Amino acid sequence: MARRSDNKTVTFGDAAAVTSRPLWGLLGVITLFGAWFLTTTAFGFPEELKEKYAAVAEENAITAAEARGEPVDFDGLSDKDLFVECQRDSANCDNETSYSQLVSPLSFPSIPDTIGAAGEIFTEGYQNFSIWEHTWASLWRVLRGMFWGSFVGIPVGLAMGLSSRARGFFDPLVEGFRPIPPLALLSLFVLTFGIGDKAAVPLLIFASLWIMIIAARAGVRNASLPKVRASYSLGASKGQLLRKVLIPNALPEIFTGLRVALGVSWGTLVAAELTGVQDGLGAMISQAKNFSRLDVIVVGIVIIALIGVMMDGLIRLLEKILIPWQGKG
Amino acid sequence: MKALSVQNIDMVYDLPKGGSVHALSNIEFDLEGGRLLTLLGPSGCGKTTLLNIIAGFLGPTSGEVYLGEEKITGPSEDRGMVFQQGALFEWLNVSKNISFGPRMKGARKSDYLPEVDRLLDIVGLSGFGDKQIYELSGGMQQRVALARCLANDPDMMLMDEPLGALDALTREKMQSLILHLWNDTGKSIVMVTHSVEEALLLGDKVFVMAPRPGRIEKIYELPFAHRALTEDPREIKKGADFQEVKEEILSFIWEMEEEIMGRDEA
Ligand SMILES: Nc1ncnc2c1ncn2[C@@H]1O[C@H](COP(=O)(O)OP(=O)(O)OP(=O)(O)O)[C@@H](O)[C@H]1O
Ligand SMILES: [Mg+2]
Repeated sequence: MARRSDNKTVTFGDAAAVTSRPLWGLLGVITLFGAWFLTTTAFGFPEELKEKYAAVAEENAITAAEARGEPVDFDGLSDKDLFVECQRDSANCDNETSYSQLVSPLSFPSIPDTIGAAGEIFTEGYQNFSIWEHTWASLWRVLRGMFWGSFVGIPVGLAMGLSSRARGFFDPLVEGFRPIPPLALLSLFVLTFGIGDKAAVPLLIFASLWIMIIAARAGVRNASLPKVRASYSLGASKGQLLRKVLIPNALPEIFTGLRVALGVSWGTLVAAELTGVQDGLGAMISQAKNFSRLDVIVVGIVIIALIGVMMDGLIRLLEKILIPWQGKG
Repeated sequence: MKALSVQNIDMVYDLPKGGSVHALSNIEFDLEGGRLLTLLGPSGCGKTTLLNIIAGFLGPTSGEVYLGEEKITGPSEDRGMVFQQGALFEWLNVSKNISFGPRMKGARKSDYLPEVDRLLDIVGLSGFGDKQIYELSGGMQQRVALARCLANDPDMMLMDEPLGALDALTREKMQSLILHLWNDTGKSIVMVTHSVEEALLLGDKVFVMAPRPGRIEKIYELPFAHRALTEDPREIKKGADFQEVKEEILSFIWEMEEEIMGRDEA
């Protein structure tokens, strides 16, 4: 490790002395994959049993794929297919194979299975939609939810920060609705608004609305008195104060709100796509659940995580460009 | 420049939990246009309150304030304000900050840009128009605040501890900037400060205030501000006449502080 240039001697407990080391980050990721590898994959399905079950397993797998309406071009057996067949054949299967894998392929997919599923999903799509269609469907849903949540939430929040009447009117509503987890409203929204996007989008609006209201409200309330007074002394009208001072001044808070809302919306996505929509990453995951496609589920989760990280990074980039003064001075 | 007339001001703050603070009692004075008045006094004696009433940010409990013929009922462009810090707009660059007032009145770029350049020159920030506020030092930021105030061409400039957050050297430079601005523009200035030296050097009129209730206890008319326009301020501060007034005010404020402490402990 390189010596720190400021030669601090007291570092333990000094927050500034603790930075994220990329090398250790890599180690964290390797540890995660290592654990996954060791528990599910390390020794694979025992070679000597493979031959015994291969033929039948392949036949079964093809039949199953046909029944699901999936493409039948079969390029290899997954550990899971073999395990299923082994279980069917012998009640002793668990014992015969348990030395090889800590976690059964029926409870968590192995790494090769997952990579195989990823390849399958990226080339052939899943359940009649390509992976890009699934991803875009989810993104578009979240963006619509965020748009309407902000479109309504930001003005309401600004009003709450500016007027005691608006504050009084909306306070109980915001405080009352905010703690409700969107998932709790799933069934109600489906019955009220109808299945599919009719319920999914309102659910996502609900997820971001309260966050945006609170962010905008905090942004206005943050305006320092000297700024407001200086504006009036410089001849600004109330409307000019709002447009030229209060709203720009609230931007950092609003962006923080956007980031939180995006995180929550993206986290609500899978729930929102339980409303009976056909496309979307959440829908893909819940359909995969019906067919016990653990590998597809894991691939879906990884894609959701990656896109979440990318969107957060995008907003942070926007913050840097649009509100460069944030956190300085 | 218009004269300021403060007529029998009383200010009582009602506290949210009941009770009240008598922040100003029976403040009455006239200030001819073009004077530089400094307000001194122990913490809590009502300096900021008085300045805010003149600015129109607060209405007095009783009494009236006039600038020229006009009664002050709220903030207006004829009274510019310079705060200690935090009143610049971080989302605008230096030049947009300075032109804020004119732009609010719908001035065009071609009208205000030459004026902005002239003001930047006056406050010693030529070429800094495109800089962001957070790129400037504290002293530079206060120069921008002064220029922004001047851009509106107010009759009177009000300053609440404008140099309070600056280091000693920057502070001296800013003092002489304010003095020359005052002399060149002929504007009236009312300035609150905690520094006795600063009050004596800059004020051609000085009020020493006393607390509980806040009132004007002593009034000085001093020659130092005019002299500092041509002479070296440091030499003026060393002079016996300057030192004498300074000692008098210091011991007066000291006595007041002692009295307050004694009362608080009792
Ligand atoms: N908004 C307010 N509500 C209640 N009391 C207040 C308020 N503002 C000021 N006061 C009280 O009025 C008195 C005068 O306050 P003011 O801020 O004018 O003093 P000051 O001379 O500017 O003090 P300092 O030198 O510390 O800035 C103080 O006792 C203060 O506690
Ligand atoms: Mg004060």
